[in-house]
Amino acid sequence: MATVISDTPVKLRASGTVGERAHWAVGVLGWLVALAMFFPIAWMVLTSFKSETDAIATPPLLLFHPTLEGYAEVQSRANYLLFALNSVIVSVGGTALALLFAVPAAYSMAFHPTRRTRGTLLWMLSTKMLPPVGVLIPIYLLFRNLGLLDTRIGLIAIYMLMNLPIVVWMLYTFFKEVPKDILEAGRMDGANQRDEIRHLLLPLAMPGIASTGLLSLILCWNEAFWSLNLTSHAAAPLTQFIASFSSPEGLFFSKLSAASTMAIAPIMVLGWISQKQLVRGLTFGAVK
Amino acid sequence: MSVKASIASIHGRVIRACLLAGVASVSLAAGANAEPVSITIATVNNGDMVTMQKLSDAFEKANPDIKLNWVVLEENTLRQRVTTDIATHAGQFDVLTIGNYEAPIWAQRGWLEKITPDAAYDTDDLLKPVRDSLSYKGAIYALPFYAESAMTYYRTDLFKKAGLTMPTAPTYEQIRQFADKITDKSNGVYGMCLRGKPGWGENMAFFTMLVTAMGGQWFGDGYHATIDTPAWHKALDWYDGILKADGPPGATSNGFNENLALFASGHCGMWIDSTVAAGLLYDKKQSTVADKVGFAPVPTGSYTGGPTWLWSWALAVPVSSTHKGAAEKFVTWATSKAYVDLVAKTNGWVSAPAGTRQSTYANPQYKAVAPFASFVLDAIDNSNPNGKTAQPRPYVGAQFVGIPEFQGIGTQVGQTIAATLTGGLSADQALKSAQSATQRTVRQAGLAH
Repeated sequence: MATVISDTPVKLRASGTVGERAHWAVGVLGWLVALAMFFPIAWMVLTSFKSETDAIATPPLLLFHPTLEGYAEVQSRANYLLFALNSVIVSVGGTALALLFAVPAAYSMAFHPTRRTRGTLLWMLSTKMLPPVGVLIPIYLLFRNLGLLDTRIGLIAIYMLMNLPIVVWMLYTFFKEVPKDILEAGRMDGANQRDEIRHLLLPLAMPGIASTGLLSLILCWNEAFWSLNLTSHAAAPLTQFIASFSSPEGLFFSKLSAASTMAIAPIMVLGWISQKQLVRGLTFGAVK
Repeated sequence: MSVKASIASIHGRVIRACLLAGVASVSLAAGANAEPVSITIATVNNGDMVTMQKLSDAFEKANPDIKLNWVVLEENTLRQRVTTDIATHAGQFDVLTIGNYEAPIWAQRGWLEKITPDAAYDTDDLLKPVRDSLSYKGAIYALPFYAESAMTYYRTDLFKKAGLTMPTAPTYEQIRQFADKITDKSNGVYGMCLRGKPGWGENMAFFTMLVTAMGGQWFGDGYHATIDTPAWHKALDWYDGILKADGPPGATSNGFNENLALFASGHCGMWIDSTVAAGLLYDKKQSTVADKVGFAPVPTGSYTGGPTWLWSWALAVPVSSTHKGAAEKFVTWATSKAYVDLVAKTNGWVSAPAGTRQSTYANPQYKAVAPFASFVLDAIDNSNPNGKTAQPRPYVGAQFVGIPEFQGIGTQVGQTIAATLTGGLSADQALKSAQSATQRTVRQAGLAH
């Protein structure tokens, strides 16, 4: 009996210790992964405060005299605000338009599926597998003929089309989580289809819609291929601002890092502010 | 005439009068506030181009009817962007920054405007090899902004320490021996830095020059590829040998900028590359070895006097431009003697665009601040881009082959050459594979049968 009494706490203590260790190990692993992912960004920010010769030093310098030379040079050579404004307009515009088209599409597929729904969804997603360069010339010609080259409207249209498959997929998954009974109850109370979407579905799926919108916004902000190929100066977003500081001849790491830091700062701040909603939305339905 | 018809007639006259008045007022307003013509210039982010962008206010002040918009892109992105635009006649750009590789090919396709500057521009003052490389059938299609050839850079302190003297005309064999003697890997000093990054304008620029010196070329008569030949084997043997024994680690990642950074931070004993590096290595703000840099011509091999290296960044006007007059005005301004003087006045003579005008090299003020000037001029004068190789060749170009397919071919062969450095392929495998791939491409292009 005494043995039994004395055994139980030992077992509990042991299991508690194992649990604590596992918890601690997971915590350390989490920190390591986070640091590994954040390291390139931290290094870029650090490099942006170095002089060009310090930026290329081997071995790399951790201690150096910080300077704002890179930022001053970037500011003197390019109109950051114009590029940033274009980024905001095309990213928000592309995302809003994608959501506008995707909500009815996802609603129809989630609540009124046919036997072709699954196939349609897969087909939509398959368009993402085509390398963009494969359609560069047709799109370029189309844009030229429609007068959309170097326009914000053109880039918004491209971003909408680019993100539409992912946005529809994510919204479809979120909408599937909404109980059909609620929508049916609404219908019984006389709600038509528009009311059903507007007053019942959208409020219920708002976390999912918000996280989808945020993801689409980030994808638009970071997109480089189309923005570099379809814009020149009037509608050029921050990706082109960054590209203009890469040089085939001469030292440019500090200036490029300063330009990149300035370009990613707004979207990083937005990401930090909304990270709770983003994670909640993503774990709510899409990653199930 | 009925009352209705009279009213309709009066209405018609009133509307026509209003419309005419409207059109007239719009025309007057347009005349009073004539909008300046906007021209868009596509360029790369090189030091000289940045200077041009900064000094362009002077052009806008002198030409208030012309407004300049700049699109600055990384070299490869710019090439892709500009090629797409010009091939589709989209007309997004009025001035293009192109090289002497593109200029004759695009001129032949009718994509570029012929440029005929006035007498004040003094076309004869342009260095002949540079002018010729930007011409097609005797007409100039792009004006040179700056030009470069290749030369050998070496560390005078390391040579002195090892008791070596750089000959006035070194051979590749001598360079190999020097590299072995000055390599000190334990102190991070590598005897030789060379371009190893795969690409037609990267490792293949140097390698093509090396092959020519070893008595080889890319194609023989009828565009028969001549890669799997003794000259290429000899060149590859030298290249692999020196980089493996005396080169920095990870040489296949090193292009111009990486080697510039290595040399400028004291890690290279020698470096054979573009003459444009001279000014950068001499600049104490960018180089820790500014007072220890020596210059020599590119080494020679068994075949001398053949093509070496000539590259020029030039400004051209595409036929798709909607403001050709304004564009040509800018192009001639940015490549004129007056512009060279403006740069010298603003940033000093050492910053003057190099490799384009004889008058720059005749200027004592330039020679005083650029001790490398005579090396650069000699290198360009002897670059011989249209010259003969050891065996007859059906193409022109110094460190490249002047055919549209070369971008693809050069990059593919560059990858196999890089693979010999990493140990992925033997020299035999690499050259055999490069030979068959190149032959296939020129056959598909209809150049060879």
